[in-house]
Amino acid sequence: MNQIDVEPEVLEVSALGRAYGPVDDGVIARTGPLAGTSKCATTGTVLAAWDVSFAVAAGEALGVIGESGSGKSTVMRCIAGDVVPSAGTVTLRRSDGSFATITEMSPAEVRGLRVHDLAIVHQNPADGLDLRITAGGNIADPLTAAGWRNFGSIRERAGELLRRTEVPLERMDDPVGAFSGGMRQRVQLARALANNPSVVLLDEPTTGLDASVAAGVLDLIRSLLEEFSIAAVVVSHDFSVIEMLTQRCVVMQHGRVVEHGLTDQLLEDPIHPYSQRLVGAARS
Amino acid sequence: MSLIESLLEPEQDDLIMDAGATREIRRAILTAIAVPGYQVPFGSREMPVARGWGSGGLQVTMALIGSDDVVKVIDQGDDEGVNAVNLRRLITRASGAVETTEVSEATIVQTRHRVPEGGLEVGQILVLQVPEPEPLRGVERDVRELERMHAEADYSRMWVSLYEDRVRNGVITRTTGYPCMVGGRYVISTTPIPRWDVPLLHRSPFLSIFGAGRAKRIYAIPPDTDVEPMTFEDVPFEVEENRGAVCRRCGSDRSFLVATPSSTDGVDLWACSDTSWCNRRSGIDSP
Repeated sequence: MNQIDVEPEVLEVSALGRAYGPVDDGVIARTGPLAGTSKCATTGTVLAAWDVSFAVAAGEALGVIGESGSGKSTVMRCIAGDVVPSAGTVTLRRSDGSFATITEMSPAEVRGLRVHDLAIVHQNPADGLDLRITAGGNIADPLTAAGWRNFGSIRERAGELLRRTEVPLERMDDPVGAFSGGMRQRVQLARALANNPSVVLLDEPTTGLDASVAAGVLDLIRSLLEEFSIAAVVVSHDFSVIEMLTQRCVVMQHGRVVEHGLTDQLLEDPIHPYSQRLVGAARS
Repeated sequence: MSLIESLLEPEQDDLIMDAGATREIRRAILTAIAVPGYQVPFGSREMPVARGWGSGGLQVTMALIGSDDVVKVIDQGDDEGVNAVNLRRLITRASGAVETTEVSEATIVQTRHRVPEGGLEVGQILVLQVPEPEPLRGVERDVRELERMHAEADYSRMWVSLYEDRVRNGVITRTTGYPCMVGGRYVISTTPIPRWDVPLLHRSPFLSIFGAGRAKRIYAIPPDTDVEPMTFEDVPFEVEENRGAVCRRCGSDRSFLVATPSSTDGVDLWACSDTSWCNRRSGIDSP
């Protein structure tokens, strides 16, 4: 890792792996980019992700890129605590400075962490929002979970967050189901930022939005990540999203990291053949 | 005896519940008292009334009552409601207990929809017939998720529903079944009583036992337990109010009033919902 980096890491993923089936050295050798598959032909074990390591500092965004089935969603779900990894650890520095090892926490502890320190912006707004309730109500959810009990303060905080994410305040009391796709994503961002998390995971945040709306949302995400000094992990198959949001990125194929480096460099001069193919496809 | 003859054998009125059922329900009640507000599952039996007609309250009462008890049964505060009369008759016949309409005389008060206006003291038991025990039913339907939310005291979605109610309607519109935090731990539904009665449960001298026959749950509020209605710090909890309304019989303006058939000149007339309390105030002897 980068020794010059003085910022303490906020999120550290270390030798993370998720296997479906028994794992031994043979299985590891028979899977991965060289083998051209993530499923072991001999034992049937699937290594959805294996030996994935990276760290993200405050105010930094790291991209995870790869085609479908490359394991990027598995990595994301392990960080979020939704999937228990078979190997490795995920450690997060809370806003109070203490450390939490997500991979060792109980489901209840993970939920507590997700309220205070770790927010997720889903590709599909319906996964992150309740479309039947108002924009304000969706933001009230993490606030009340964190112990907010004052109606006026909740309204004020929700209004402030919606202003920051450029949602018109007059729509605050409308059900989110009545919103456009772009505006739903903005409400999701407002909700994610409600309790000042130290880490935000963005899962294909603009897939499904049309190009002009996506550009606006990306602009917004970038300025918010800088302003709130959040450590972000952006998962995407789209190089333009990774290019716009992240400083560093890792490329995944068949469950393994095949290349990592500075986003600009990687896009200019990809070394691994798979990265070259991905960049080539995006540039053509 | 042939099969036909055995079926024609008149049913024994005095055996509503067997000893095994009584023991099982008493165990559930003890658990409910030990963990205030927690909904204890129990094996709801067939009763001589249909589920949804007070079978939960009836089973709790039958598990507790003995021939030396005095029982009062009210429906909407009224001792003479059809449901109240029939349940009272059933309970006294099966248990040998004495019936009363006076709160102060009763050892057990079984009720649907009301807490008596006053007079319940230390040592008395209030048994409530509950149609829907789950306070979170409106915000979550998955039973496993409901169990998790109670287990982790994760009530944020209830708060969101109160937030939404106030945003959409300007006030919190929930009337019966107002969600309350019991002993600072479990949220219960105070069904089926109106908001008016909720403050009567807070640190009450008496024991309240809620029986839901259809949903097969029993929960309880032991004496001197905190019962705090869920409300935002800056939005005070309010009870129903009919400004200016007084009871046409006893003149009370500080009891829970219900509309009575209106006089011909179109003026609303009101009467106390708790009839025996009203009778006592207006000097009328209970029938």
